Amino acid sequence: MNDQPILDFSFYPGCSVAHTAHESSQSLMRVCQALGFSLTELPDWNCCGSSSAYIVDPELGVQLSARNLSLADPDHPLLVMCPRCLHHLRHVHVMVKQNRDLQRTLKRRLGRPISPDLQIIHFLEAVVRHGLPRLNGAPVSLNGLRFMPYYGCTLYRPPSLRRQYYFQAEVENVLTALGGEAVTRCMTSRCCGSFLSAVQPEVVTEQVNQIIASAVAAEAECLVTVCAMCQLNLDIRCTLKTRLPIFHFSEILALALGAKDYHRWFARHLVNPRPVLKSRGLID
Amino acid sequence: MNDRKEKPVNPEAGEPVNHRIVAEEAVFVQELDREFAAEVNRQSETDLNLCYQCRTCSNGCPFVAAMDYPPNVVLRMIQYGMRRRVLECATIWVCVNCHTCSSQCPNNIDIAAIMNTLTKMALEEGVPIPTQSILDFHVQVLHSIEVYGRAHKLRIMLRHKLASGEWFKDLDLGLKMISKRKLDLFPSRVKNFKEIRRLFEPYWKVAKP
Repeated sequence: MNDQPILDFSFYPGCSVAHTAHESSQSLMRVCQALGFSLTELPDWNCCGSSSAYIVDPELGVQLSARNLSLADPDHPLLVMCPRCLHHLRHVHVMVKQNRDLQRTLKRRLGRPISPDLQIIHFLEAVVRHGLPRLNGAPVSLNGLRFMPYYGCTLYRPPSLRRQYYFQAEVENVLTALGGEAVTRCMTSRCCGSFLSAVQPEVVTEQVNQIIASAVAAEAECLVTVCAMCQLNLDIRCTLKTRLPIFHFSEILALALGAKDYHRWFARHLVNPRPVLKSRGLID
Repeated sequence: MNDRKEKPVNPEAGEPVNHRIVAEEAVFVQELDREFAAEVNRQSETDLNLCYQCRTCSNGCPFVAAMDYPPNVVLRMIQYGMRRRVLECATIWVCVNCHTCSSQCPNNIDIAAIMNTLTKMALEEGVPIPTQSILDFHVQVLHSIEVYGRAHKLRIMLRHKLASGEWFKDLDLGLKMISKRKLDLFPSRVKNFKEIRRLFEPYWKVAKP
């Protein structure tokens, strides 16, 4: 489908994608095959610290993220799947670049230097930057599937990353080019509740219901997220009568690029996504 | 000066209502910590003194309903130096760091970073924590990272249930998730776990909650 050279990335999956959201990781692999991205998993990666480390002890969080950065090969960009991991890794990398003392401390502590030239790149960014010319002639059109792009909170420019890549509207750009129809007059950047889902589910249910109700009001057929955590929260915490299927961006993209093993991914959704896709003739 | 608290208040006698509020919620100058705001500023690398109480943060916050003080009030209390009341409030623990407030703040105050600083200070000073279950959850996540180097969700949830004793809350959901294979039964771990342990050593020594 494309004759572009193969691009090498080191790949940081993050705990969610590696252990719970297999549908995202499997579909990611399909997308990368189709686009000619070659992923090498970051050897012996660890958790970026999640929200918990930064709340209990920010220093610990910085060191956990720094260990991953020190393991990465600066010659290849580090592809990150989870927006929260991306935020932590990039934030620590920016800190290291700006602060010589921190750079020295971390080098001493980890026994390895952190390269200031390392590129950290989100999957969505990689698709937009390197994948667009390779998307031409995608075998399946999305047939006007009305989707609401859901970015969640972390891709909406957190302060430490103000001068970094701006993701707004990229999901729409890619999926509209593939024949989808974006519905954006809804809560596309509202936080899904993150870890409160485990501790105070009633609070999260209210948020999730608001988000999904806004999507229903805008007549979307499904939500497309870029975060496995958001996908999980939106999927499990909605108590509305009309529940919409929640896709990870990689699932929809893999579908459009002609992946055939989608039944394995869709079996793992709580809200069954098959009727919507069938009505648009996207799956059998 | 404390006898101000006991000042008799009788709203029925025609005393203006705001006097009563002042008497109950009185702020005593000698109890205030004048260094508090500077300390929070230094640790969170932002400037909360720029806050002019526009309340954008509180209007935008998705979780303000679950908080006891809205974020702008927390900032005000820090400015006043009300150390204990700030460190003991639930707001700082409910905050999930979604950065909605930080992105929207017209004066570019990183409020989420301030919340993180405050939770850390609360742990260091050992003040009572109103939302113990949230802290328990964080501790379980950190345990999992310490043991495996990665977060293993099933273990975190089971141990969190064990600690909180709320076994039946969300039980149906948990079973559904396991049957959909949303939760991996077994963790994968980091091979070089000595490195991870070493990162955790100073942390457990100082602030093990």
